[in-house]
Amino acid sequence: MVAAREAAASVTDPEMPMLTLEDLGVLRDVEVDDERVVVTITPTYSGCPAMATMRDDLVHRLRDEGFDDVEVRVSLHPAWSSDWITPRGRAALVEHGLSAPGPAPSHDGPVVLSLQPTRRTLACPRCGSSEVDLTSEFGPTACKALYRCAACLEPFEHVKEI
Amino acid sequence: MSHTPDPSHLPDHDSVYDGLLGGDDSQWAFGTDFEDPLAGVDTTVPDGVDTHELATYCLMLADDALVMSHRLSQWCSNAPDLEEDIALANIALDLLGQARLLLARAAAADPSVVPALPAGSPVPPEDALAFFRGDREFRNVRLVETDNGDFAVTIARLLLFSTWRLALLQRLAASRDHVLSAVAIKGVKEMTYHRDYAGRWFLTLARGTEESRRRLIAGLEATWPLRAELFTTHPVELAVAGSGVGVDPSTVADEVDVLLEQVFSMSGVDRPDIAPLAGVRGETGRDGLHTEAFSRLLAEMQVVARAHPMGSW
Repeated sequence: MVAAREAAASVTDPEMPMLTLEDLGVLRDVEVDDERVVVTITPTYSGCPAMATMRDDLVHRLRDEGFDDVEVRVSLHPAWSSDWITPRGRAALVEHGLSAPGPAPSHDGPVVLSLQPTRRTLACPRCGSSEVDLTSEFGPTACKALYRCAACLEPFEHVKEI
Repeated sequence: MSHTPDPSHLPDHDSVYDGLLGGDDSQWAFGTDFEDPLAGVDTTVPDGVDTHELATYCLMLADDALVMSHRLSQWCSNAPDLEEDIALANIALDLLGQARLLLARAAAADPSVVPALPAGSPVPPEDALAFFRGDREFRNVRLVETDNGDFAVTIARLLLFSTWRLALLQRLAASRDHVLSAVAIKGVKEMTYHRDYAGRWFLTLARGTEESRRRLIAGLEATWPLRAELFTTHPVELAVAGSGVGVDPSTVADEVDVLLEQVFSMSGVDRPDIAPLAGVRGETGRDGLHTEAFSRLLAEMQVVARAHPMGSW
């Protein structure tokens, strides 16, 4: 029997399946108490529609490994940050053509209003060029912005800093 | 003659959709199963806090987010371009997520606020609150409920709303209620880019063409009468501020004004001088008194859920 922690850590994100929930930083804790497994996850965004699927996938994977009594709990604090994506997760993003987030902004003190386009120093995940243009600050999922590379002309998604 | 097939001749299957995709039901993954957004979260109410007041306050914050989210989602497939369509839908989704957490928090704090449904109904408390309350039971400010108007009206409204809500949530982060505090800390991150989005478009429309500037100013003037209500303290807000779980909205008025002034001055737009929209006998959105547009919004938002009170989604 695979250990509960190992089984839970192997479940992948439904929207970015190149990442495990552990690499995404969503998996916060796995506790085993006799036969019972309690898994704690933290949502990436308040409206993340993948939470129910993550829970179901965790329950199914653990059941497949012989853990029949599984509870998935939500932890809202501390709030998820893109800084929680592991180095292995970042490498997996780039390998699959996505740009990994830079350091998340600090939310201590007053929040500065920014009326200029978001400036990021990025490299194209395909050709490595730093000549990239932001095409949309919002993308197909809450966590991504859209870019295009001026060198290889390919569009790509960037996982946003939050 | 009936064309209904005899069920005994149908193949055994788990889902009526199996014939479409060979039993791969992954496309139904989202939204087919209820997930308590507060599963496992400690929802104990802090000492000295009136549970009904806390629940009512949560409904105010939840309804602002829910109704604003619904209005923004009405732009889906109608926005000026695909990027704005996606942006407004993303912002709507964040607000819907905040609303779900806050509705669930309201129900956990005081279950008596949840409308009664037929015995055996599988509708969870957050859905009962969203879909089975009448207009008088909604506590949102009227700013979020009026018609979208054109894109400029929507941008002017989003600027006022996100600037105000960001300031509120920053203070709410210090709430003694751990659920409200966590929702606020998370919400601050989201409202930050909602406000940036609205501010950038405000500036862009103001400095764009003569027509975009004309529409932006008209949008701001249409929205402005609903601004004062944002900073008017309701007795419930005063009570929860007193018990350390909520925020008195009048305390964020100066900060919001400074930020709006910053956007107005960069945009070369004058701060409007227009009287607030009156209430009815002094009552406004926080008291459950709404505009006619809100009834039409609710009718559209609630019709399917109300037709199927025993439905499972």
